[in-house]
Amino acid sequence: MLIDILSYVFLVAGGLLGIIGGIGMHRFPDFFTRLHAAGITDTLCAALILLGLGLQAGLELASFKLLMIFVFLFFTSPAASHALANAAIHGGLKPLLDTPTAPGRKKKAAKKKAVKKKKTAKKKQTKKKARA
Amino acid sequence: MMFTVTALAILVTMGLAIARALLGPSVYDRILAVNMFGTKTVLLIAVFAFLSGRTDIIDIALLYALLNFVGVVAVLKLVEQGGLHGPGIEDE
Repeated sequence: MLIDILSYVFLVAGGLLGIIGGIGMHRFPDFFTRLHAAGITDTLCAALILLGLGLQAGLELASFKLLMIFVFLFFTSPAASHALANAAIHGGLKPLLDTPTAPGRKKKAAKKKAVKKKKTAKKKQTKKKARA
Repeated sequence: MMFTVTALAILVTMGLAIARALLGPSVYDRILAVNMFGTKTVLLIAVFAFLSGRTDIIDIALLYALLNFVGVVAVLKLVEQGGLHGPGIEDE
């Protein structure tokens, strides 16, 4: 009974993570961030669902096969993700970066500059006054 | 009951993945979506095995897990080098 409840929790959590990853595939802005969303579904979603199924099967041949599937996914999905990212970099795809020229940063930088200018101007003025 | 819910969730995820594969702006987006679709296929077959009560079907899921990886790597090589012949380009 307890094992049943545990396996149901694992199955539902795995399904939820899958849907979250699928939504992430559509909401993320560029390829490298989508890789992150796909990584969620490849690792924790698959592991939880296979674990839930394994708990339902008990100690049998079926659970051993599920373990084999998990082992294969565990080794191949990071390798596939790495190969994909590597190929995308080689193919000339650039990740979206929050560079200083991005519009949000530019305003802040301009404000900082303005503040600095004011400060230095004040200092100069005080110096001039002191000299006078 | 729970198997049905899980199978439906996996189907929704597969639908989202295939939509990304059709929309995807770059080739790599499409390959990534197809890779995700393949992983979800493995899970769907495994869940279906328990849903129908015939656990022998898990063998097919195992086969899909193996084929999916080889397929993705082969498609990546095809896209990157324009052909599957040759030893591959060495990193500089």
